[in-house]
Amino acid sequence: MLRQIRIAEQPFDPEAEIASFRKALRDSGAIVTFTGQVRPISSDGSVSTLSLQHYPGMTERGIEAMLDDAATRWPLEAVLVIHRVGDMVPHDAIVLVATASKHRRAAFQSADFLMDYLKSRALFWKSETSAAGKLWVEPREADYADAARWDEEPPGGR
Amino acid sequence: MARLLFFGRLGDLVGGIERTLNLSQPHMVRDLIAVIEAGDRLLGSALQEDRVRYALNGVIVDGEALVEQDDELAFLPPVSGG
Repeated sequence: MLRQIRIAEQPFDPEAEIASFRKALRDSGAIVTFTGQVRPISSDGSVSTLSLQHYPGMTERGIEAMLDDAATRWPLEAVLVIHRVGDMVPHDAIVLVATASKHRRAAFQSADFLMDYLKSRALFWKSETSAAGKLWVEPREADYADAARWDEEPPGGR
Repeated sequence: MARLLFFGRLGDLVGGIERTLNLSQPHMVRDLIAVIEAGDRLLGSALQEDRVRYALNGVIVDGEALVEQDDELAFLPPVSGG
């Protein structure tokens, strides 16, 4: 499985990344991409900025292990994970996950699996600054539940 | 010197992500936290919250792990990415 993991300190262009991801593929018929971006309006209704922190080295190793896990569950040709750190403004891309496989099911499921991991288990810390001040964001119960789904499912998914 | 790293809201309590600590002998993580708590009660209690994990030289450990000079000990509060 081709794999690329990047922790980006600067803004990145998801469309350009997806285009070069596709160019490198040989026998995939299905590509799923997920882009997460900064919401223009925060939970309290004001414009907000986001800041993300990671633990250099350990964060990347955790994502590597998650890609190893994905590779045992689905027949994937390639996976790309780009995750921003640092300060971001509304509409900036935070995360890009792309998966490629021969058929769509593996691509859909593995992208879902990787995003669940990135939301609630990968070593990132996210703070939101709005009119109300600075707030450290924690995953919602639903995010933990989403990630836990994969702990129970057999390899290959449903 | 041992390097101590404080991520997320813990860094706000410390006023920075990194501190160094001179250890004349190995200390268990939980004993180090007690030393920190003696100087900063608020930080000490934040470090002992159930959901704060410890990583020693990049590996998750429990409170009984021994920290030595030149080690890197990171305090990891609940994560949130994506």
